[in-house]
Amino acid sequence: MTDAPTAAAGAPHEGETRRDFLLIATSVVGAVGTALAVWPLIDQMNPAADVLALSSTEVDLSPIEVGQSITVVWRGKPVFIRRRTAKEITRAKADDTSDLPDPQADADRVQKPEWLILVGVCTHLGCIPLGQRTTEPRGDFGGWFCPCHGSHYDTSGRIRKGPAPENLAVPKYVFVTDTKIKIG
Amino acid sequence: MTSPTWNNPVVKWIEYRLPVFSFTQEHLIDYPTPKNLNYWWNFGSLAGITLTIMIVTGIVLAMHYTPHVDYAFESVERIMRDVNYGWLIRYVHMNGGSMFFAVVYIHIFRGLYYGSYKAPREMLWIIGIIILLTMMATAFLGYVLPWGQMSFWAATVITNMFSAFPLIGEPIVSWLWGGFSVDNPTLNRFFSLHYLLPFVIFGLVFVHLWALHVHHSNNPLGIDTKGPQDILPFHPYYTIKDLFGLGVFMLVFLGFVFFAPNFFVEPDNYIKANPMQTPTHIVPEWYLTPFYAILRAITFDIWFIPAKLIGVMAMFGSVLILVLVPWLDTSKVRSARYRPIYKQVYWFFVIDCIVLGWVGFNSPDAMFMGAVSFLRIGQVATAYYFLHLLVVMPVLGKLERPRSPPESISAAVTKETDTVTEAA
Ligand code: HEM
Ligand code: FES
Repeated sequence: MTDAPTAAAGAPHEGETRRDFLLIATSVVGAVGTALAVWPLIDQMNPAADVLALSSTEVDLSPIEVGQSITVVWRGKPVFIRRRTAKEITRAKADDTSDLPDPQADADRVQKPEWLILVGVCTHLGCIPLGQRTTEPRGDFGGWFCPCHGSHYDTSGRIRKGPAPENLAVPKYVFVTDTKIKIG
Repeated sequence: MTSPTWNNPVVKWIEYRLPVFSFTQEHLIDYPTPKNLNYWWNFGSLAGITLTIMIVTGIVLAMHYTPHVDYAFESVERIMRDVNYGWLIRYVHMNGGSMFFAVVYIHIFRGLYYGSYKAPREMLWIIGIIILLTMMATAFLGYVLPWGQMSFWAATVITNMFSAFPLIGEPIVSWLWGGFSVDNPTLNRFFSLHYLLPFVIFGLVFVHLWALHVHHSNNPLGIDTKGPQDILPFHPYYTIKDLFGLGVFMLVFLGFVFFAPNFFVEPDNYIKANPMQTPTHIVPEWYLTPFYAILRAITFDIWFIPAKLIGVMAMFGSVLILVLVPWLDTSKVRSARYRPIYKQVYWFFVIDCIVLGWVGFNSPDAMFMGAVSFLRIGQVATAYYFLHLLVVMPVLGKLERPRSPPESISAAVTKETDTVTEAA
């Protein structure tokens, strides 16, 4: 502290904090700049404009009989449309009060009780559950059964048993006319 | 090691500017190697050779392959039927993936037996685990390329695992897909990355060998080399031994290629991908089934954490935990030869891993001999996997009384000490 060189360093002391400031400022600008430059490289992997543009589908419901199900493609995924029988509707409503892993009332999952519209993708790891045909297994609850790891869905598409954590998703849709819906 | 001097003027000129000749001399010729390495030490060089075979055949396949959902499957069929020797190149690449994992798994279990991960080789081990992870990613991406039913559904199931993470899960999945399901953008990027990652592995292997060449190979006795009487130059002693091993390995490898080329594949992968129909039985390639079994073993929530998330974490954790092995094993003795109890639990662990692999092949609801479900077997095997690494290894290292290893590698052969009479 007392010898000449350190005494001389007294003045540059100010310079040192200035240098620190410059170092930090440069690093921050550099880091922010790098982050900004990297973002396009990450975001390019998100769905592109043309993929997003393809995101709605219209479906004519008139040919579907009571008790019948059809599968349509929406955004590259299957959408299940089931015209439920009175028995299936009663069962779905009755189950509102059972012990549900992902509780939701049947009424909140349909716009018209007869038409159950679901994304046909198992919420576990994305397989397509069986049960669209009457000849396929429908699981213990009369809805769908996912063969991949054994998830059972009920007549409202709610998860009842197995590893899937959530109910089959209900896509956004509107009734354009009484017999036509637009999904997406 | 004294570097030789070169007299050839061209060699001298290059050597002065870029010392490749002395580098080769030091690392491939004079490189000091313990003289007691057994055949389990062949698998490192076999892994390197297999990587090279994968890169060469892969680059050639890429000349004929089309990464588009409408053409990928057809282009692979064209490789099989029309491209000159296309069938051979594809079968070598396809079976090469399985061979690569077989070799690397043996290489890893060799390390586990002889304590090759212990000081000062921790970095070497950790880089090895990173190589394993990168290999898994590469093989998964490659498996998607032929765009068969298994390709498509493997891609769907594996990418969906990321949806297990709360909040960020869904955005990550659609980011991986580049859409709302596995589709053309997904196939395209998988091809790009499948091309890239093997070269990343190549770089990692370089660093792996760099770390190896700092402290040199471990050996079956697990003791340090003490001087020239314990070592041999790499060339010609180990070059020739590795070459012999390569011959044996090639018999097995080409045996599959020529006589059972589809031994490891699921027939469903010869059906073109159909996004509207899941095959009834989805299984990954054999080398990933142990991890698949761990994923499916978790069918119960723990507190507020859903089963799906725990399953995914257990699966990734089962590989990542290997990074900690150098610290989980608390024993001072490296080689299992001198650890009477560890030697036994080691084999128990090997069997446990094989059981996991076998469970991963079967449907969880199926019954084994009508008595116990594969799910239950998988749960027990998963529990032991973690128990072994997290409890048995640390505790055993403290409690076990190891036998004393010989003083040196040469002492072990010159003096007939009873500690070395048994074989590994
Ligand atoms: C770490 C090394 C590599 C591994 C473990 C690996 C693994 C695989 C696997 C498992 C497949 C699926 C085989 C099938 O079922 O048909 C595959 C396919 C493919 N790989 Fe690789 N690969 C590696 C390196 C490379 C490299 C460097 C390229 C160069 C671009 C490449 C290009 C391809 C192509 C074009 C296909 C699709 C054709 C086919 O399915 O046979 N691979 N790879
Ligand atoms: S994907 Fe449906 S149960 Fe796993």
